Amino acid sequence: MLAEQDCAALWLTLRLALTTTGWLLVIGTPLAWWLAHSRWRSKPLLEAIVALPLVLPPTVLGFYLLLAFAPDSPFGHFWLTATGQPLAFSFSALVIGSVLYSLPFVVQPLQAGFEQLPKGLLEAAATMGANRLDQFLSVVLPLTQRSFIAAASLGFAHTIGEFGVVLMIGGNIPGQTQVLSIALYDHVESLQYTQAHQLAAGLVIFSLLLLSLLYKLNRPQLLIKSASK
Amino acid sequence: MTIAIKLALVREQFSLCLDTELASTGITAIYGASGVGKTTLLRWLAGLDQHPGELHFNDQCWQRDRHFTPAHQRQIGYVFQDSRLLPHLSVQGNLDYAWRRRRNDHGPSQSELIDWLGLAPLLKQNAATLSGGQQQRVAIARALLSSPQLLLMDEPLAALDHVSRQHILALLEQLQAHHRVPVLYVSHNLEEVSQLADQLVLLEQGNVTAQGSMLTLCQRLDLSLSHDPNAASIIVAKVSHHDQHYGLSELSINGKQKLFLPTVNETIGQSLKIRIPARDVSLSLQRPVHSSILNILPCTIEAIEHSHHTKRLVRLNLGQQSLLARLTHKSVDTLGLQPGQRVYAQIKTASLLSERCYL
Repeated sequence: MLAEQDCAALWLTLRLALTTTGWLLVIGTPLAWWLAHSRWRSKPLLEAIVALPLVLPPTVLGFYLLLAFAPDSPFGHFWLTATGQPLAFSFSALVIGSVLYSLPFVVQPLQAGFEQLPKGLLEAAATMGANRLDQFLSVVLPLTQRSFIAAASLGFAHTIGEFGVVLMIGGNIPGQTQVLSIALYDHVESLQYTQAHQLAAGLVIFSLLLLSLLYKLNRPQLLIKSASK
Repeated sequence: MTIAIKLALVREQFSLCLDTELASTGITAIYGASGVGKTTLLRWLAGLDQHPGELHFNDQCWQRDRHFTPAHQRQIGYVFQDSRLLPHLSVQGNLDYAWRRRRNDHGPSQSELIDWLGLAPLLKQNAATLSGGQQQRVAIARALLSSPQLLLMDEPLAALDHVSRQHILALLEQLQAHHRVPVLYVSHNLEEVSQLADQLVLLEQGNVTAQGSMLTLCQRLDLSLSHDPNAASIIVAKVSHHDQHYGLSELSINGKQKLFLPTVNETIGQSLKIRIPARDVSLSLQRPVHSSILNILPCTIEAIEHSHHTKRLVRLNLGQQSLLARLTHKSVDTLGLQPGQRVYAQIKTASLLSERCYL
């Protein structure tokens, strides 16, 4: 069975992925809605920024985040005064890094889903007295349900598989910032191949199951766009 | 009860400038050619689009200066040309959607509308699997279920085949019996409009060129209405006798003249609106004696309209009512027709417009 440290890494990874997915949906939904409907001229620039983590080496993002999280940087200082805790090498730092890193995996399927939604249906709902929130809950959500499932699963799975960003900003503190992929790396470094196999195979099977489930949802066009990294 | 409209929409290729009041009772048709801005007007009235202007519905201000009441607060019903049923819900689900958001309890009940529009066999079906005519029937029920204070209909029959169109048209004639709500009905189909509307607003080149009662407007030779290929006059007549042997009903016009129609299911003495297409009326200087045409009415020429170079439109006086006849230029010259002349109008077809009659 898994060693205690590996168990801690597994638990931390799941906690990180769930928290990140939650925040991604909260931030990604309005962002994707705006991207789907805005006619703002600088929209392509914002879309490019959202998509940046798809092409950048994770270490680049991690490097800049590390600088931003340092207690003497404006953001790191703000965090320290606001929460009383340093941001660097904390669980919160991992969440912020993961949210940025997995943002395109959530925003793109949602945006595609929102773009396909006929606007006329919302107008029809409005003429029956549904306000914006009501329209979102009673029309948008049920009709883009699959996009939401795709977005959440991809965001979750991608956070589980994250390595470079976490390594740069999280350090490698067991039980605090050591996630599965890093624990695996440690095992390989110290030639503990049995433990490494357990984690590696576990991740492969988990990812395979999740993706199969997603493709079974029969919306491949959404997935191809965002998973073709 | 009025809708006060001030709209000033000027675009490069398009303008719509209105300053008018519509009576908010009965069915008012907004009639005009495609592209004249009927839908633009209706969407603005609904609050789906914002344009500069001012809008008051009875004592409610919907738009003025910076104030703008959004669509969901206007308590309207809207039937779109493409029915826009919610595809993730069943027919029943779509009806419930409107019913749960209804504005008051004065509107018709679900069972009443299901009965009237024949929706019972469709209730469990998914909205997306219905035919065009079925979808539109559900859309009409849905709009009424939310108990609107104003019903807007944007060419609800335009996308339908002939059979569904006739079917729904017949149903729409009974609309006011189910929910007494003012209706604005946008259409470019004259037949549809004359069948349904009490009031008419004529929209041409971004302006209201005429408005008033349907009966009066369709007799005016100066309006585009009478130049439409389907132009027709509307006559009010009273049922006076049923002839069961020949399957005919005899109607009397102004108590003097007789008109025969295939049997109508109305009691004697009932007033009815009859539609007589101008192209189906021909004139003769003497009473034709050996003619198969049943309906031959003596009348006087009131006016002849000359604007078209091969056709002439003649308005005939039938007591207090008018009848339109479309003739060729040649016939008018050959017969030497003049205003004031007595002639005989031979009517090839006349159809019953409506069971109700507002005078």
